[in-house]
Amino acid sequence: MTAASRPSLGRIALNGAAGIGLLYILLPLIFVIWLAFFRQEIPSFPPEGYSLKWFGAAANNKAFVSGFVLSLQVGVAATLIGLLLGVPAALALVRHRIVLGPAVNTLLLLPLVMPGIVLGTALYVFQIETEIATGLPVLGSLGGLVAAHTLVVVPWVVRLVTASLVGFDRTIEEAAQNLGAGPFTTFWRVTLPSIRPGLVAGGLFGFVTSFGNLEMSLFLVGPGRTTLPIAILQYLEWKIDPTVAAASVIQIGLIAVAMIVTDRYVKLSRVV
Amino acid sequence: MARLAIEHLRKSYGDVTVVDDVTIDIAEGEFLVLLGPSGCGKTTTLRMVAGFVPPSAGKIAIGPRDVTGLPPWKRNCGLVFQSYALFPHMTVAENVAFGLEMRKTPKADRGPRVAEALRLVQLTGFDTRYPRQLSGGQQQRVALARALAMEPDVLLLDEPLSNLDAKLRQEVRVEIRELQRKLGLTTIMVTHDQEEALTMADRLVVMEGGKVRQIGTQRELYEKPADRFVAGFIGRSAFVDGRIEGDGRFRSKGGLEIACAAATGAGPATLALRPERIAVGSDAEGLANRFSARVEHAAYLGALLDIHVSLSEHDRMLLQIPNRQGFVEPRPGETIAIGWAGDAGLIYPLQS
Repeated sequence: MTAASRPSLGRIALNGAAGIGLLYILLPLIFVIWLAFFRQEIPSFPPEGYSLKWFGAAANNKAFVSGFVLSLQVGVAATLIGLLLGVPAALALVRHRIVLGPAVNTLLLLPLVMPGIVLGTALYVFQIETEIATGLPVLGSLGGLVAAHTLVVVPWVVRLVTASLVGFDRTIEEAAQNLGAGPFTTFWRVTLPSIRPGLVAGGLFGFVTSFGNLEMSLFLVGPGRTTLPIAILQYLEWKIDPTVAAASVIQIGLIAVAMIVTDRYVKLSRVV
Repeated sequence: MARLAIEHLRKSYGDVTVVDDVTIDIAEGEFLVLLGPSGCGKTTTLRMVAGFVPPSAGKIAIGPRDVTGLPPWKRNCGLVFQSYALFPHMTVAENVAFGLEMRKTPKADRGPRVAEALRLVQLTGFDTRYPRQLSGGQQQRVALARALAMEPDVLLLDEPLSNLDAKLRQEVRVEIRELQRKLGLTTIMVTHDQEEALTMADRLVVMEGGKVRQIGTQRELYEKPADRFVAGFIGRSAFVDGRIEGDGRFRSKGGLEIACAAATGAGPATLALRPERIAVGSDAEGLANRFSARVEHAAYLGALLDIHVSLSEHDRMLLQIPNRQGFVEPRPGETIAIGWAGDAGLIYPLQS
């Protein structure tokens, strides 16, 4: 009786381990957020006081603002293209027997597991060669950057849409056709809403991956065209004041809002 | 004239023929049931009518319209799926309205027609619910309402009751049948449940191995099964193997001489007897065939008694007798007198 009411040693150990794990994940975030409100220029403990001025500095930093806009543009474009490519790919992989289907599935994960530096180098060489062969300005162009970022979006979309297609009852597509819907209407009205969780989650994670990508982008950006992560890196080479922390807090805030809003429509925890 | 005509329909996958030369005419307003064991081709036949499976050969016509080559969305067949296949992201009303929307029915007309369809299946007031908020029986009704709302030329039911519990199934059977009769809908239902088929159908089609074994009313199938398979599948039969010795004479493997009106020609054959047509005790007196039988096993089933008897080393059969007041079931090992009329048995010559 008493043994049941008292938490066991194992339970305490488990909760303790979970707590440490959570702290390990959250601590850097907490520190960055804390740091962003320090008043002094050189971060040191204890803080001399608190201020909001670094947020102003971040918002007025031209490199940050233009980097943010570029990252947003690239992220949105890469996500849209990634969805257009990834959704049909996932449908094909799940529904049709494709020659080497499982191999293709594994291959599609490659951009996620390959080190960013390797991917960046490979794309850098590839884009130079393409430029030489075609004479078109590829390297350093917005198109070149979007194409590269699409590569890291597609695996997310394919993976998560595939996951939501497994267990999808195809008779509802037949039901739609039976009720008079042609193939396109069936896809738009019945299939797409059913895979929406995977679609939204895949798009969101793809976008976040693209938005935060540093290593690959380093090789591919052109003069005067810098993404936000690169702008932050460049800033850190000269200064270590909390402007960077403030910029990061803004990013964390935006992503948090995106996830909360998404979660209202699609339970992300159920898909990922 | 047939409202739905299926002519010489065939479906093969490579060397395997799953539907073989099926021809069925269904009259306007008729409730036809395709009945057979699993794998007999009944569902494939239904799916060919709905347009989901392209036939290898044959023709399907709805009224004057040849629909053989038409895609599912141009056939106007209302199909109720075994799994109901409701759209999970749409409300009940949206589900039911889907077919109307696809037919470009004006928005103003859709509301009343959805309401009417829901009223028919007694789901008025459930408009804004989602399928997951409904019980299995309610989902089944939504599926039916959705098929009815589009005013189909033919209603197709694919094992519509198999996911309901036994009690509900009994009720829904009657409801579906009443609704179908009231609306005068030409209907095909597929089922493997014999009782369901017998209670609902105007006519039944017994299928086996991709072929139609027999088409007929309940009485025709029970009284005059076309072959041994139908005799065993519809209701129960006691089978006695043996030979036709001459006109009206059948000799069982165990040596019993049996008078049998249907026996003509000579050769190996099977005699089929309905268990309830075999009389016991004093009832057997005066019948053309009378034997003494040893009771092997007797089962008390309430209204009926099942008695397994052996007439010789090779001849066993099942008797079914009503549980009349005062009747005491015989014990295993007892010997009883049994008998049946000369025209009670049906003879099926063995195909070589």
